[in-house]
Amino acid sequence: MDEQDGDVNRALMLDGNAAGGMLYDLFTAEMTAAPTECASCGRTGEIGTLLAFTQAPGLVLRCPSCENTVVRIVRTGEFTYLDARGAVYLRIAR
Amino acid sequence: MGERLVSRGFFGRRRQPEQAGRIPPGQYLVDDWPVLSAGPTPRTRLDQWRFTIEGLVRQPVSWSWEEFLKLPSKTYVVDISCATKWTKLDMKWQGVSVDTLIQAVQLDPRAAFITAYSYGGYTTNLPIPDLVNDQAFIAYQADGKPLTPEHGGPARLVVPHLYFWKSAKWIQGFRLEEREQLGFWETLGYHRRGDPWKEERYSGD
Amino acid sequence: MADALRWQIGTVAEIEQETPRAKTFTIALPEWMAHRAGMHYDIRLTAPDGYQTQRSYSIASEPERQGIVELTVERIEGGEVSPYLHDVVQKGDQLELRGPIGGYFIWDIALGGPLLLVGGGSGVVPLMAMIRHRVAARSSIQTRLLYSVRSPDDVLYTNELQMLQDHGEGVEVVYTYTRQAPAGWTGYRRRIDRSMLKDITSQMEAGLRPYVCGPTLLVEAAANNLLELGIAAERIRTERFGPTGT
Repeated sequence: MDEQDGDVNRALMLDGNAAGGMLYDLFTAEMTAAPTECASCGRTGEIGTLLAFTQAPGLVLRCPSCENTVVRIVRTGEFTYLDARGAVYLRIAR
Repeated sequence: MGERLVSRGFFGRRRQPEQAGRIPPGQYLVDDWPVLSAGPTPRTRLDQWRFTIEGLVRQPVSWSWEEFLKLPSKTYVVDISCATKWTKLDMKWQGVSVDTLIQAVQLDPRAAFITAYSYGGYTTNLPIPDLVNDQAFIAYQADGKPLTPEHGGPARLVVPHLYFWKSAKWIQGFRLEEREQLGFWETLGYHRRGDPWKEERYSGD
Repeated sequence: MADALRWQIGTVAEIEQETPRAKTFTIALPEWMAHRAGMHYDIRLTAPDGYQTQRSYSIASEPERQGIVELTVERIEGGEVSPYLHDVVQKGDQLELRGPIGGYFIWDIALGGPLLLVGGGSGVVPLMAMIRHRVAARSSIQTRLLYSVRSPDDVLYTNELQMLQDHGEGVEVVYTYTRQAPAGWTGYRRRIDRSMLKDITSQMEAGLRPYVCGPTLLVEAAANNLLELGIAAERIRTERFGPTGT
Protein backbone atom coordinates (compact mmCIF):
# COMPACT_ATOMS: atom_id res chain seq x y z
CA MET A 1 0.00 0.00 0.00
CA ASP A 2 1.56 3.30 -1.04
CA GLU A 3 1.97 6.20 1.33
CA GLN A 4 -1.18 8.23 1.17
CA ASP A 5 -1.05 11.84 0.17
CA GLY A 6 -2.77 14.00 2.74
CA ASP A 7 -3.24 13.46 6.37
CA VAL A 8 -0.23 12.10 8.23
CA ASN A 9 -2.08 12.48 11.48
CA ARG A 10 -5.06 10.45 10.29
CA ALA A 11 -2.78 7.74 8.93
CA LEU A 12 -1.40 7.29 12.45
CA MET A 13 -4.84 6.86 13.90
CA LEU A 14 -5.81 3.44 15.17
CA ASP A 15 -9.04 2.14 16.65
CA GLY A 16 -10.35 0.68 19.88
CA ASN A 17 -8.80 -2.69 19.03
CA ALA A 18 -5.41 -1.20 19.83
CA ALA A 19 -6.62 -0.21 23.30
CA GLY A 20 -7.65 -3.78 24.12
CA GLY A 21 -4.69 -4.52 26.38
CA MET A 22 -4.87 -1.22 28.26
CA LEU A 23 -8.63 -1.54 28.75
CA TYR A 24 -8.17 -5.09 29.98
CA ASP A 25 -5.68 -3.78 32.56
CA LEU A 26 -8.23 -1.27 33.76
CA PHE A 27 -11.39 -3.34 33.84
CA THR A 28 -10.11 -6.93 33.98
CA ALA A 29 -12.43 -7.61 31.09
CA GLU A 30 -12.39 -7.73 27.30
CA MET A 31 -13.71 -4.32 26.27
CA THR A 32 -13.27 -4.07 22.50
CA ALA A 33 -16.56 -5.88 21.82
CA ALA A 34 -18.42 -3.94 24.53
CA PRO A 35 -21.11 -1.60 23.23
CA THR A 36 -21.02 2.07 24.11
CA GLU A 37 -22.94 5.22 23.24
CA CYS A 38 -21.43 8.60 22.38
CA ALA A 39 -22.66 11.25 24.82
CA SER A 40 -22.25 13.93 22.15
CA CYS A 41 -24.14 12.50 19.19
CA GLY A 42 -25.74 9.29 20.39
CA ARG A 43 -23.96 6.96 17.97
CA THR A 44 -23.76 3.42 19.32
CA GLY A 45 -21.13 0.82 18.51
CA GLU A 46 -18.47 -1.46 19.94
CA ILE A 47 -15.44 0.11 21.59
CA GLY A 48 -13.36 -1.55 18.87
CA THR A 49 -14.94 0.86 16.38
CA LEU A 50 -13.88 4.03 18.20
CA LEU A 51 -11.05 6.05 16.69
CA ALA A 52 -7.93 5.76 18.83
CA PHE A 53 -5.16 8.30 19.22
CA THR A 54 -2.35 6.46 20.92
CA GLN A 55 0.65 8.56 19.94
CA ALA A 56 -0.07 11.11 22.61
CA PRO A 57 0.56 11.79 26.29
CA GLY A 58 -2.43 9.51 26.90
CA LEU A 59 -4.97 7.40 25.04
CA VAL A 60 -7.93 9.18 23.48
CA LEU A 61 -10.88 7.27 22.03
CA ARG A 62 -13.22 9.29 19.81
CA CYS A 63 -16.55 8.72 18.17
CA PRO A 64 -16.11 7.80 14.49
CA SER A 65 -19.26 9.71 13.70
CA CYS A 66 -18.82 13.11 15.39
CA GLU A 67 -15.13 12.81 16.42
CA ASN A 68 -15.81 14.02 19.95
CA THR A 69 -13.87 12.44 22.78
CA VAL A 70 -15.57 9.39 24.29
CA VAL A 71 -12.88 8.11 26.66
CA ARG A 72 -9.48 9.42 27.80
CA ILE A 73 -6.93 7.43 29.77
CA VAL A 74 -3.63 8.57 31.24
CA ARG A 75 -1.21 6.24 33.00
CA THR A 76 1.18 8.08 35.28
CA GLY A 77 3.86 6.28 37.27
CA GLU A 78 1.44 5.22 39.99
CA PHE A 79 -2.09 5.81 38.80
CA THR A 80 -4.46 5.45 35.91
CA TYR A 81 -6.77 8.39 35.24
CA LEU A 82 -9.99 7.68 33.38
CA ASP A 83 -12.37 10.22 31.91
CA ALA A 84 -15.42 8.53 30.40
CA ARG A 85 -17.72 11.56 30.38
CA GLY A 86 -17.92 11.32 26.59
CA ALA A 87 -19.64 7.94 26.88
CA VAL A 88 -23.20 7.58 28.07
CA TYR A 89 -22.07 4.35 29.73
CA LEU A 90 -19.30 1.78 29.76
CA ARG A 91 -20.42 -1.82 29.97
CA ILE A 92 -17.99 -4.15 31.68
CA ALA A 93 -18.48 -7.92 31.64
CA ARG A 94 -18.34 -9.63 35.01
CA MET B 1 4.51 -14.52 37.47
CA GLY B 2 8.15 -14.92 38.64
CA GLU B 3 10.93 -12.38 38.16
CA ARG B 4 10.84 -9.87 35.42
CA LEU B 5 12.45 -10.99 32.17
CA VAL B 6 15.23 -8.84 30.75
CA SER B 7 15.08 -9.12 26.97
CA ARG B 8 18.44 -10.34 25.70
CA GLY B 9 20.16 -7.66 23.62
CA PHE B 10 17.47 -5.02 23.99
CA PHE B 11 18.50 -1.53 25.01
CA GLY B 12 15.74 0.77 23.81
CA ARG B 13 16.51 4.29 22.78
CA ARG B 14 19.69 5.72 24.19
CA ARG B 15 20.66 9.24 25.12
CA GLN B 16 23.67 10.62 23.24
CA PRO B 17 26.34 11.18 25.91
CA GLU B 18 27.89 14.24 24.21
CA GLN B 19 24.60 16.08 24.33
CA ALA B 20 23.71 14.95 27.82
CA GLY B 21 23.86 18.42 29.31
CA ARG B 22 21.24 19.76 26.95
CA ILE B 23 18.77 16.93 27.31
CA PRO B 24 16.37 17.05 30.26
CA PRO B 25 16.31 14.03 32.58
CA GLY B 26 14.44 10.97 31.28
CA GLN B 27 14.44 12.21 27.69
CA TYR B 28 16.09 10.80 24.57
CA LEU B 29 17.22 12.56 21.43
CA VAL B 30 15.44 12.27 18.10
CA ASP B 31 16.37 13.53 14.64
CA ASP B 32 12.95 13.23 13.09
CA TRP B 33 9.85 14.99 14.38
CA PRO B 34 7.26 12.59 15.81
CA VAL B 35 3.62 13.38 15.20
CA LEU B 36 1.50 13.08 18.32
CA SER B 37 -2.09 14.05 18.54
CA ALA B 38 -5.14 13.69 20.73
CA GLY B 39 -7.48 14.01 17.80
CA PRO B 40 -7.96 14.40 14.08
CA THR B 41 -6.29 17.29 12.28
CA PRO B 42 -8.56 20.32 12.24
CA ARG B 43 -8.85 21.88 8.81
CA THR B 44 -9.21 25.62 9.11
CA ARG B 45 -9.38 27.71 6.00
CA LEU B 46 -6.98 30.62 6.12
CA ASP B 47 -9.71 33.04 5.16
CA GLN B 48 -11.62 31.94 8.26
CA TRP B 49 -8.66 31.64 10.63
CA ARG B 50 -8.48 34.04 13.54
CA PHE B 51 -6.35 34.39 16.63
CA THR B 52 -8.15 36.02 19.56
CA ILE B 53 -7.18 37.26 22.99
CA GLU B 54 -10.18 37.51 25.29
CA GLY B 55 -11.33 37.02 28.88
CA LEU B 56 -9.98 39.35 31.57
CA VAL B 57 -8.93 42.07 29.12
CA ARG B 58 -10.45 45.46 28.62
CA GLN B 59 -11.31 44.67 24.99
CA PRO B 60 -10.89 41.36 23.19
CA VAL B 61 -8.58 41.61 20.18
CA SER B 62 -8.56 39.40 17.13
CA TRP B 63 -6.30 39.03 14.08
CA SER B 64 -7.10 37.51 10.73
CA TRP B 65 -4.42 35.44 8.97
CA GLU B 66 -3.45 38.39 6.79
CA GLU B 67 -3.21 40.71 9.79
CA PHE B 68 -1.28 38.13 11.75
CA LEU B 69 1.37 37.74 9.06
CA LYS B 70 1.93 41.49 9.11
CA LEU B 71 2.92 41.44 12.77
CA PRO B 72 6.65 41.61 13.55
CA SER B 73 8.04 38.08 13.62
CA LYS B 74 11.44 36.53 14.08
CA THR B 75 13.41 33.33 13.90
CA TYR B 76 13.75 31.24 17.02
CA VAL B 77 16.16 28.31 17.46
CA VAL B 78 15.13 26.28 20.46
CA ASP B 79 15.18 22.82 22.03
CA ILE B 80 11.84 21.10 22.58
CA SER B 81 10.92 18.23 24.86
CA CYS B 82 7.79 16.12 24.73
CA ALA B 83 6.47 14.36 27.83
CA THR B 84 6.52 11.13 25.85
CA LYS B 85 10.29 11.45 26.28
CA TRP B 86 11.67 12.66 23.00
CA THR B 87 13.73 15.83 22.70
CA LYS B 88 14.73 17.75 19.59
CA LEU B 89 17.63 20.15 19.72
CA ASP B 90 18.10 23.35 17.74
CA MET B 91 14.74 23.44 16.08
CA LYS B 92 14.23 26.49 13.90
CA TRP B 93 10.93 28.32 13.93
CA GLN B 94 9.49 31.54 12.54
CA GLY B 95 6.83 33.22 14.61
CA VAL B 96 5.35 36.13 16.47
CA SER B 97 6.37 36.65 20.07
CA VAL B 98 3.53 36.33 22.56
CA ASP B 99 4.75 39.68 23.96
CA THR B 100 3.75 41.34 20.68
CA LEU B 101 0.26 39.92 21.00
CA ILE B 102 -0.22 40.62 24.71
CA GLN B 103 0.88 44.19 24.20
CA ALA B 104 -2.12 44.69 21.93
CA VAL B 105 -4.52 44.17 24.84
CA GLN B 106 -4.97 45.77 28.20
CA LEU B 107 -4.92 43.14 30.91
CA ASP B 108 -7.35 43.33 33.76
CA PRO B 109 -5.31 43.46 37.00
CA ARG B 110 -6.94 40.18 38.09
CA ALA B 111 -5.61 38.28 35.07
CA ALA B 112 -3.00 35.75 36.21
CA PHE B 113 -3.42 32.70 33.97
CA ILE B 114 -3.99 31.91 30.33
CA THR B 115 -5.96 29.11 28.78
CA ALA B 116 -4.59 28.53 25.30
CA TYR B 117 -7.33 27.00 23.16
CA SER B 118 -7.15 25.39 19.75
CA TYR B 119 -9.23 24.57 16.73
CA GLY B 120 -10.42 21.01 17.37
CA GLY B 121 -11.03 21.60 21.09
CA TYR B 122 -7.63 21.15 22.71
CA THR B 123 -6.75 23.36 25.67
CA THR B 124 -3.78 23.87 27.94
CA ASN B 125 -3.17 26.25 30.84
CA LEU B 126 -0.19 28.49 31.62
CA PRO B 127 0.61 31.20 34.14
CA ILE B 128 1.19 34.56 32.39
CA PRO B 129 4.86 34.76 33.48
CA ASP B 130 5.61 31.61 31.45
CA LEU B 131 4.36 33.18 28.24
CA VAL B 132 5.97 36.61 28.31
CA ASN B 133 9.54 38.00 28.13
CA ASP B 134 10.10 36.30 24.80
CA GLN B 135 9.69 32.82 26.27
CA ALA B 136 6.88 31.88 23.89
CA PHE B 137 5.73 32.57 20.37
CA ILE B 138 3.04 31.71 17.86
CA ALA B 139 4.85 29.87 15.07
CA TYR B 140 3.77 29.49 11.47
CA GLN B 141 7.00 28.07 10.05
CA ALA B 142 9.16 25.21 11.21
CA ASP B 143 12.54 24.29 9.72
CA GLY B 144 12.09 27.03 7.14
CA LYS B 145 8.81 25.69 5.75
CA PRO B 146 5.18 26.51 6.44
CA LEU B 147 3.96 24.57 9.45
CA THR B 148 2.20 21.43 8.19
CA PRO B 149 -1.28 20.57 9.51
CA GLU B 150 -0.10 17.42 11.29
CA HIS B 151 2.37 19.50 13.29
CA GLY B 152 -0.16 22.14 14.19
CA GLY B 153 -0.37 24.35 11.11
CA PRO B 154 -1.30 26.94 10.08
CA ALA B 155 -0.12 28.25 13.47
CA ARG B 156 0.69 26.84 16.87
CA LEU B 157 1.88 28.07 20.23
CA VAL B 158 5.46 27.18 21.10
CA VAL B 159 6.65 27.33 24.71
CA PRO B 160 10.09 25.67 24.56
CA HIS B 161 10.92 25.80 28.26
CA LEU B 162 7.95 23.57 29.19
CA TYR B 163 6.93 20.09 28.03
CA PHE B 164 5.60 20.23 24.53
CA TRP B 165 1.97 19.45 25.43
CA LYS B 166 1.86 23.11 26.49
CA SER B 167 2.69 24.15 22.92
CA ALA B 168 -0.87 23.98 21.66
CA LYS B 169 -1.24 23.04 18.02
CA TRP B 170 -3.85 24.69 15.80
CA ILE B 171 -3.94 27.63 18.18
CA GLN B 172 -7.08 29.71 18.08
CA GLY B 173 -6.73 32.04 21.04
CA PHE B 174 -5.87 32.91 24.61
CA ARG B 175 -8.37 33.39 27.39
CA LEU B 176 -7.11 35.48 30.31
CA GLU B 177 -8.31 34.21 33.70
CA GLU B 178 -8.00 34.92 37.37
CA ARG B 179 -7.88 31.28 38.40
CA GLU B 180 -5.99 28.55 36.61
CA GLN B 181 -8.29 26.33 34.54
CA LEU B 182 -6.59 23.02 33.92
CA GLY B 183 -6.51 21.99 30.27
CA PHE B 184 -7.00 18.78 28.29
CA TRP B 185 -4.11 16.77 29.73
CA GLU B 186 -3.80 18.66 33.01
CA THR B 187 -7.29 17.56 34.07
CA LEU B 188 -6.28 13.95 33.58
CA GLY B 189 -3.13 13.64 35.65
CA TYR B 190 -0.57 15.80 33.89
CA HIS B 191 1.35 18.42 35.81
CA ARG B 192 -0.12 21.91 35.90
CA ARG B 193 3.20 23.54 34.92
CA GLY B 194 5.35 20.91 33.18
CA ASP B 195 9.01 21.90 33.61
CA PRO B 196 11.12 19.22 31.87
CA TRP B 197 14.19 20.02 33.96
CA LYS B 198 12.26 19.13 37.09
CA GLU B 199 10.58 16.20 35.30
CA GLU B 200 7.17 17.66 36.05
CA ARG B 201 5.24 15.25 33.86
CA TYR B 202 2.47 14.16 36.20
CA SER B 203 0.55 16.02 38.88
CA GLY B 204 2.28 14.21 41.71
CA ASP B 205 5.78 15.05 40.47
CA MET C 1 -16.06 -14.39 32.52
CA ALA C 2 -12.66 -13.19 31.39
CA ASP C 3 -9.65 -15.14 32.55
CA ALA C 4 -6.99 -12.91 33.96
CA LEU C 5 -4.53 -12.00 31.20
CA ARG C 6 -1.07 -12.25 32.64
CA TRP C 7 2.32 -11.57 31.21
CA GLN C 8 3.99 -14.87 30.52
CA ILE C 9 7.37 -15.83 29.18
CA GLY C 10 7.25 -17.58 25.84
CA THR C 11 10.07 -19.26 23.98
CA VAL C 12 10.80 -18.66 20.32
CA ALA C 13 10.50 -22.10 18.76
CA GLU C 14 10.85 -21.14 15.12
CA ILE C 15 11.61 -18.09 12.97
CA GLU C 16 10.67 -18.03 9.32
CA GLN C 17 11.56 -15.33 6.81
CA GLU C 18 8.31 -14.84 4.92
CA THR C 19 9.45 -11.98 2.69
CA PRO C 20 12.53 -9.72 2.69
CA ARG C 21 10.84 -7.52 5.29
CA ALA C 22 8.66 -9.90 7.26
CA LYS C 23 9.33 -12.76 9.64
CA THR C 24 7.01 -15.15 11.40
CA PHE C 25 7.89 -16.03 14.97
CA THR C 26 6.45 -19.24 16.39
CA ILE C 27 6.31 -18.81 20.13
CA ALA C 28 5.61 -21.60 22.60
CA LEU C 29 3.54 -20.38 25.52
CA PRO C 30 3.41 -22.15 28.88
CA GLU C 31 -0.03 -20.67 29.56
CA TRP C 32 -1.39 -20.87 26.04
CA MET C 33 -5.09 -20.17 25.81
CA ALA C 34 -7.23 -20.82 22.75
CA HIS C 35 -7.70 -17.55 20.89
CA ARG C 36 -10.17 -16.58 18.21
CA ALA C 37 -8.88 -15.60 14.80
CA GLY C 38 -8.36 -11.83 14.65
CA MET C 39 -7.00 -11.44 18.17
CA HIS C 40 -3.51 -10.23 19.03
CA TYR C 41 -0.77 -10.57 21.61
CA ASP C 42 1.24 -7.78 23.21
CA ILE C 43 5.01 -8.25 23.35
CA ARG C 44 6.90 -6.41 26.07
CA LEU C 45 10.63 -5.79 25.99
CA THR C 46 12.70 -4.81 29.03
CA ALA C 47 16.19 -3.30 28.87
CA PRO C 48 18.78 -4.01 31.58
CA ASP C 49 18.13 -0.55 33.12
CA GLY C 50 14.42 -1.33 33.47
CA TYR C 51 13.22 0.63 30.44
CA GLN C 52 10.20 -1.09 28.89
CA THR C 53 8.23 -0.83 25.72
CA GLN C 54 5.51 -2.93 24.17
CA ARG C 55 3.76 -3.51 20.85
CA SER C 56 0.75 -5.46 19.66
CA TYR C 57 1.02 -8.14 16.96
CA SER C 58 -1.87 -10.01 15.37
CA ILE C 59 -1.92 -13.77 15.70
CA ALA C 60 -1.34 -15.44 12.34
CA SER C 61 -1.96 -19.00 13.50
CA GLU C 62 -5.28 -20.77 13.96
CA PRO C 63 -6.51 -21.71 17.46
CA GLU C 64 -6.53 -25.35 16.39
CA ARG C 65 -2.72 -25.27 16.66
CA GLN C 66 -2.42 -25.51 20.40
CA GLY C 67 0.38 -24.43 22.68
CA ILE C 68 1.93 -21.93 20.27
CA VAL C 69 1.13 -18.70 18.51
CA GLU C 70 2.59 -17.48 15.25
CA LEU C 71 3.16 -13.75 15.00
CA THR C 72 4.14 -12.29 11.63
CA VAL C 73 6.08 -9.08 12.11
CA GLU C 74 7.03 -6.56 9.45
CA ARG C 75 10.39 -4.88 10.04
CA ILE C 76 9.81 -1.13 10.33
CA GLU C 77 12.89 0.93 9.53
CA GLY C 78 13.62 3.17 12.51
CA GLY C 79 11.22 1.31 14.74
CA GLU C 80 12.04 0.33 18.28
CA VAL C 81 10.68 -3.21 18.54
CA SER C 82 10.46 -4.76 15.08
CA PRO C 83 14.16 -4.21 14.26
CA TYR C 84 15.01 -5.86 17.59
CA LEU C 85 12.79 -8.85 16.80
CA HIS C 86 14.24 -9.16 13.31
CA ASP C 87 17.90 -8.43 13.96
CA VAL C 88 18.54 -9.77 17.45
CA VAL C 89 16.01 -12.42 18.46
CA GLN C 90 16.99 -16.03 17.75
CA LYS C 91 15.40 -19.44 18.20
CA GLY C 92 15.43 -20.31 21.88
CA ASP C 93 15.17 -16.70 23.05
CA GLN C 94 12.48 -15.77 25.53
CA LEU C 95 9.89 -13.05 25.02
CA GLU C 96 7.29 -11.64 27.38
CA LEU C 97 3.79 -11.88 25.95
CA ARG C 98 0.29 -11.10 27.09
CA GLY C 99 -2.89 -12.21 25.44
CA PRO C 100 -4.88 -13.19 23.54
CA ILE C 101 -6.50 -9.76 23.32
CA GLY C 102 -9.57 -8.77 21.35
CA GLY C 103 -13.24 -9.56 20.99
CA TYR C 104 -14.60 -7.31 18.30
CA PHE C 105 -12.33 -7.99 15.34
CA ILE C 106 -12.71 -11.74 15.49
CA TRP C 107 -14.19 -14.47 13.33
CA ASP C 108 -14.88 -18.10 13.77
CA ILE C 109 -16.97 -20.50 11.79
CA ALA C 110 -19.86 -20.19 14.23
CA LEU C 111 -20.33 -16.61 12.96
CA GLY C 112 -20.87 -17.92 9.45
CA GLY C 113 -20.32 -16.20 6.15
CA PRO C 114 -19.82 -15.65 3.34
CA LEU C 115 -16.53 -14.16 4.44
CA LEU C 116 -15.00 -11.18 2.64
CA LEU C 117 -11.49 -10.45 3.86
CA VAL C 118 -9.90 -7.19 2.73
CA GLY C 119 -6.28 -6.75 3.70
CA GLY C 120 -3.54 -4.25 2.95
CA GLY C 121 0.10 -5.09 3.63
CA SER C 122 0.55 -6.66 7.06
CA GLY C 123 -3.20 -6.29 7.61
CA VAL C 124 -3.45 -9.73 6.05
CA VAL C 125 -2.02 -11.35 9.19
CA PRO C 126 -5.22 -11.61 11.28
CA LEU C 127 -7.15 -12.42 8.11
CA MET C 128 -4.79 -15.34 7.53
CA ALA C 129 -5.62 -16.63 11.00
CA MET C 130 -9.27 -16.57 9.94
CA ILE C 131 -8.50 -18.49 6.75
CA ARG C 132 -6.37 -21.04 8.58
CA HIS C 133 -9.09 -21.56 11.17
CA ARG C 134 -11.68 -22.05 8.42
CA VAL C 135 -9.50 -24.70 6.79
CA ALA C 136 -8.64 -26.44 10.05
CA ALA C 137 -12.31 -26.56 10.98
CA ARG C 138 -13.07 -28.06 7.56
CA SER C 139 -15.65 -25.42 6.85
CA SER C 140 -17.00 -24.75 3.39
CA ILE C 141 -18.02 -21.15 4.03
CA GLN C 142 -17.42 -19.10 0.90
CA THR C 143 -14.28 -17.06 1.55
CA ARG C 144 -12.67 -14.42 -0.59
CA LEU C 145 -9.52 -12.48 0.27
CA LEU C 146 -8.78 -9.20 -1.48
CA TYR C 147 -5.11 -8.56 -0.75
CA SER C 148 -3.46 -5.25 -1.57
CA VAL C 149 0.34 -5.12 -1.66
CA ARG C 150 2.97 -2.85 -3.14
CA SER C 151 4.92 -5.52 -5.00
CA PRO C 152 5.34 -9.31 -5.26
CA ASP C 153 8.12 -9.12 -2.63
CA ASP C 154 5.57 -8.00 -0.09
CA VAL C 155 3.12 -10.88 -0.43
CA LEU C 156 2.89 -12.90 2.77
CA TYR C 157 2.00 -16.61 2.79
CA THR C 158 2.23 -16.81 -1.02
CA ASN C 159 2.71 -20.56 -1.24
CA GLU C 160 0.06 -21.39 1.29
CA LEU C 161 -2.49 -19.15 -0.36
CA GLN C 162 -1.63 -20.65 -3.73
CA MET C 163 -2.11 -24.17 -2.40
CA LEU C 164 -5.46 -23.27 -0.91
CA GLN C 165 -6.64 -21.97 -4.24
CA ASP C 166 -5.24 -24.91 -6.19
CA HIS C 167 -6.83 -27.52 -3.96
CA GLY C 168 -10.29 -26.04 -4.27
CA GLU C 169 -10.75 -25.39 -0.58
CA GLY C 170 -13.29 -22.72 -1.44
CA VAL C 171 -10.90 -19.91 -0.59
CA GLU C 172 -10.23 -17.44 -3.37
CA VAL C 173 -7.51 -14.82 -3.32
CA VAL C 174 -7.53 -11.69 -5.44
CA TYR C 175 -4.35 -9.64 -5.44
CA THR C 176 -3.93 -6.02 -6.31
CA TYR C 177 -0.45 -4.58 -6.73
CA THR C 178 -0.14 -0.87 -6.12
CA ARG C 179 3.47 -0.22 -7.10
CA GLN C 180 4.86 -3.10 -9.10
CA ALA C 181 3.07 -6.18 -10.40
CA PRO C 182 4.63 -9.53 -11.36
CA ALA C 183 5.70 -9.96 -14.99
CA GLY C 184 2.74 -10.73 -17.20
CA TRP C 185 0.20 -9.76 -14.53
CA THR C 186 -3.27 -9.18 -15.93
CA GLY C 187 -5.05 -8.52 -12.65
CA TYR C 188 -5.61 -5.38 -10.60
CA ARG C 189 -2.88 -2.78 -10.41
CA ARG C 190 -4.25 -0.06 -8.19
CA ARG C 191 -5.44 0.83 -4.72
CA ILE C 192 -8.62 -0.80 -3.55
CA ASP C 193 -11.62 1.19 -4.70
CA ARG C 194 -15.34 0.90 -5.00
CA SER C 195 -15.39 -0.64 -8.42
CA MET C 196 -12.95 -3.34 -7.37
CA LEU C 197 -15.02 -4.16 -4.30
CA LYS C 198 -18.15 -4.18 -6.41
CA ASP C 199 -16.63 -6.77 -8.75
CA ILE C 200 -15.61 -8.94 -5.83
CA THR C 201 -18.79 -8.73 -3.80
CA SER C 202 -21.05 -9.21 -6.80
CA GLN C 203 -19.76 -12.76 -7.09
CA MET C 204 -20.53 -13.59 -3.49
CA GLU C 205 -23.68 -14.87 -1.87
CA ALA C 206 -25.87 -12.65 0.24
CA GLY C 207 -25.21 -11.96 3.91
CA LEU C 208 -21.60 -10.89 3.47
CA ARG C 209 -19.36 -10.57 6.54
CA PRO C 210 -16.54 -8.19 5.66
CA TYR C 211 -13.36 -7.88 7.72
CA VAL C 212 -11.03 -5.06 6.70
CA CYS C 213 -7.52 -4.71 8.10
CA GLY C 214 -4.38 -2.79 7.19
CA PRO C 215 -3.15 0.79 6.95
CA THR C 216 -5.68 3.20 8.44
CA LEU C 217 -6.35 5.12 5.24
CA LEU C 218 -6.90 1.90 3.27
CA VAL C 219 -9.27 0.56 5.92
CA GLU C 220 -11.34 3.73 6.03
CA ALA C 221 -11.59 3.98 2.26
CA ALA C 222 -12.57 0.32 1.85
CA ALA C 223 -15.11 0.43 4.67
CA ASN C 224 -16.71 3.51 3.13
CA ASN C 225 -16.81 1.79 -0.26
CA LEU C 226 -18.56 -1.21 1.27
CA LEU C 227 -21.13 1.07 2.89
CA GLU C 228 -21.75 2.69 -0.47
CA LEU C 229 -22.28 -0.77 -1.95
CA GLY C 230 -25.10 -1.27 0.49
CA ILE C 231 -23.50 -3.40 3.18
CA ALA C 232 -24.84 -2.58 6.64
CA ALA C 233 -22.38 -0.73 8.88
CA GLU C 234 -22.84 -3.21 11.76
CA ARG C 235 -21.68 -6.09 9.59
CA ILE C 236 -18.39 -4.48 8.57
CA ARG C 237 -15.56 -5.11 11.02
CA THR C 238 -12.39 -3.10 10.82
CA GLU C 239 -8.95 -2.99 12.37
CA ARG C 240 -6.65 -0.07 11.62
CA PHE C 241 -2.94 -0.74 11.69
CA GLY C 242 -1.76 2.86 11.46
CA PRO C 243 0.55 4.16 8.74
CA THR C 244 2.20 1.98 6.14
CA GLY C 245 5.51 0.57 7.27
CA THR C 246 8.12 1.98 4.97
